[in-house]
Amino acid sequence: MTDTMAPPLRRARMWRRFRRRPMPMTGLVLVIGFILLALVGPLVTGDPAAQDYLATLAPPSAAHPMGTDDLGRDAFARIAHGAQVSLQAGVLSTALAMAVGIPIGLVAGFYRRWLDPIVMRLVDVTLAFPFLVFAVGLAAILGPSLRGVVLALGFSQLPAVIRITRGEVLAIREMDYVAAAVADGAGDGHIIFRYVLPNCASPLIVQATVAIPAAIIGEATLSFLGLGVQPPTPSWGVMLTTAQQYLGDAPWLAIWPGVMIALATLGFNLLGDGLRDVLDPRSGP
Amino acid sequence: MILRIDNLVKHYGPVRAVDGLSLEIGEGEVLGLVGESGSGKSTVGKCVLRLTEPTAGTIELNGRDITHLSRRAMRPLRRDVHMVFQDPYSSLNPRFTIERIVGEPLLRHKLADRRETSRRVAEMLEKVGLRQEMRSRFPHELSGGQRQRVGLARALILEPKLVVADEPVSALDVSVQASVLNLITDLQRDMGFSCLFITHDLSVVEFLADRIAVMYLGKLVESGPTKEIFAQPRHPYTQALLSAAPVADPVTQRERRRIVLGGDVPSPVDPPSGCRFHTRCPLAYDECRTVEPALQDPRGSGHPAACHLVTADRVPDAAATR
Repeated sequence: MTDTMAPPLRRARMWRRFRRRPMPMTGLVLVIGFILLALVGPLVTGDPAAQDYLATLAPPSAAHPMGTDDLGRDAFARIAHGAQVSLQAGVLSTALAMAVGIPIGLVAGFYRRWLDPIVMRLVDVTLAFPFLVFAVGLAAILGPSLRGVVLALGFSQLPAVIRITRGEVLAIREMDYVAAAVADGAGDGHIIFRYVLPNCASPLIVQATVAIPAAIIGEATLSFLGLGVQPPTPSWGVMLTTAQQYLGDAPWLAIWPGVMIALATLGFNLLGDGLRDVLDPRSGP
Repeated sequence: MILRIDNLVKHYGPVRAVDGLSLEIGEGEVLGLVGESGSGKSTVGKCVLRLTEPTAGTIELNGRDITHLSRRAMRPLRRDVHMVFQDPYSSLNPRFTIERIVGEPLLRHKLADRRETSRRVAEMLEKVGLRQEMRSRFPHELSGGQRQRVGLARALILEPKLVVADEPVSALDVSVQASVLNLITDLQRDMGFSCLFITHDLSVVEFLADRIAVMYLGKLVESGPTKEIFAQPRHPYTQALLSAAPVADPVTQRERRRIVLGGDVPSPVDPPSGCRFHTRCPLAYDECRTVEPALQDPRGSGHPAACHLVTADRVPDAAATR
C-alpha cells in the first residue's frame, strides 16, 4: 500500500495548509472531542441506567453535571453512552455504504457501456424510495435496533457513494495515464485497483465527512421515532423523545442532546469543508 | 515494414476522425504525421496502439495484422510498441513514484523481478537525463520537461520497435521543447526504434523525421521525404502550412509570401464534397468541388499529393494567387 500513498512531503504540506485555517481546525477539534466522548466517556461516567428516585428531573449540579431525567438517571452518563451509539451509527453505516457502493461505482464507471445504464437506473430507483418508509419497513422486519438503523442509513447513503465513485471513474478513465497503463500491457483489474481507485479517494473521503453527520442525525431521528435504538439503551434520539414531555420542567434534558447533535454534525461538516479544500489539487500550491 | 496502415477509418458517431488513411513506417524510420487540430492525427496514433477500436481498415505491426486482436492477444505485442503522450500532467499516475511509473511495463510483461526492474529503471533514467534521486519522487514534484522525460523513459524501457509520439513537446515551453526534441533525436539514433511522430508544427519534425505525411480532415494530402516536403511542397495545404512557419533569416522572412488560409477547418461531421480542402484553397476550381482527388505520384518520386493540379510537369503554387 505504501507505494500508492502520498509522500510525507506532500502530506506535511497539506497539514500546514489545513492547520492555518480556523474553521477546519474547529471542526477537527469538535470531531476529536466527539470521538473521545464516545470512547472514553462511558468509562468515566457511571451506569447510564442507574436510577436515583430521590433526584428525578434534577437540574445540573456537582453530582449530576447535566442534571437527571424523569427516572433520576444521570444525563451526562447517558450523553456519553449516547455518543457511542451515534458514533457507531455514523461510522458503521458509512463504512457499509462505502464497502458496497465503491465496488459498484468502480465497475459501473469502468464498464460503462453495458453495466453502467443498469446500475444507474437502479440507483435512480433507490433515490426515489422514501427513506423513512424504508426504515420503518426494515424496523418491522428486523425489529427496531441499532443494526436496523445502520442498515437503513447505509442503504440510504448508497446512491451518493455509487454516483460519486462512478463520476470520478468516468473522468479518470479518460486520463492519459490510464491509456499508458493499457499500453504498458496492464489488465483491467490492475488498472482499476492501482490507477483508478487511488485517484478517486479524495472526493470519497470528503463524502464520508458529509455522510457521518447525516447518519448521526438519521440515527437520532429514527430513535426519536422509536424505530431505532430502544430504551433503556441511551441514545441522543431516545433522550429527546423523553425530554419533550418535560420541556417546561427540565429543559436541559432536551438542550444537551440537541447541542451534542448540533456540535457533532457541525464538527464533521467543517472538517469536510477543510479536507475538500486541501485534497483538491487545484485549490493551492 | 514495422508499421503498415491500410485504408484506416475511425468514426466517433457522426464524426469522421480518420477517413481512409494509408501509411507505412520502415525499420528505424521516423515519420512525421502533421496536421491541424481536428485533422485526426492523434486518432491514428491511438488506433496503432489499439487504445481505440478502428472502424475499418487494417493495421499491421511487424507484419502481423493487429486490427481486430483481442486485448489478451494484443498484450504480448505491446512489448514492441509504446506511446509518448502530449500532456505531461495527465499521462503519469499521480499515485506512483517515478521508479514505479518507468518500471511498470517491465513488471506488467513479467520481464524482470523487482531488483532487475530497479536496475533497468536506473539505466533508463540516466538515458533520458534524469537524476537518480528522481526515482522516489512523485509526478507532481517534477517540471513539465522532466515529466515528459519520464514518459519517454516509460515508453522506451522495453526497447520497442515502434514509438508513437503524440505531440510530445507541444505542451512544453519553447526552451524545454528543444532539449526534449534533441533527446528524442539522440535516443532514436542510439536505440534505432521507428517512430510515428504526431505534431501540428512542421518545424518540430524538420530535423527529426525522415519522411513527413500531411493530414487534413482525416485524410492524407501529401507525403514524402522531409527535405522534399520542405523544398518543394506540392499540395496547396502543405504550402500554406510551410508559409506560416517563421524562418530564422529576417531577410528571407520579409520577402516571403505568406499564404493566409481563410476560415476554419470544416467540421469532420460533414466534410466538404470533392476535395476536402477546396473551401479554403486559394486555387480551387470547379472540379475540386465535385471530384475527390486521389493521392497520386505522377513523377514516381515517392512524393505523392492529393491535388488535381499536381501533374507530371506541374506543381500548383498557392502563393501565386496573391
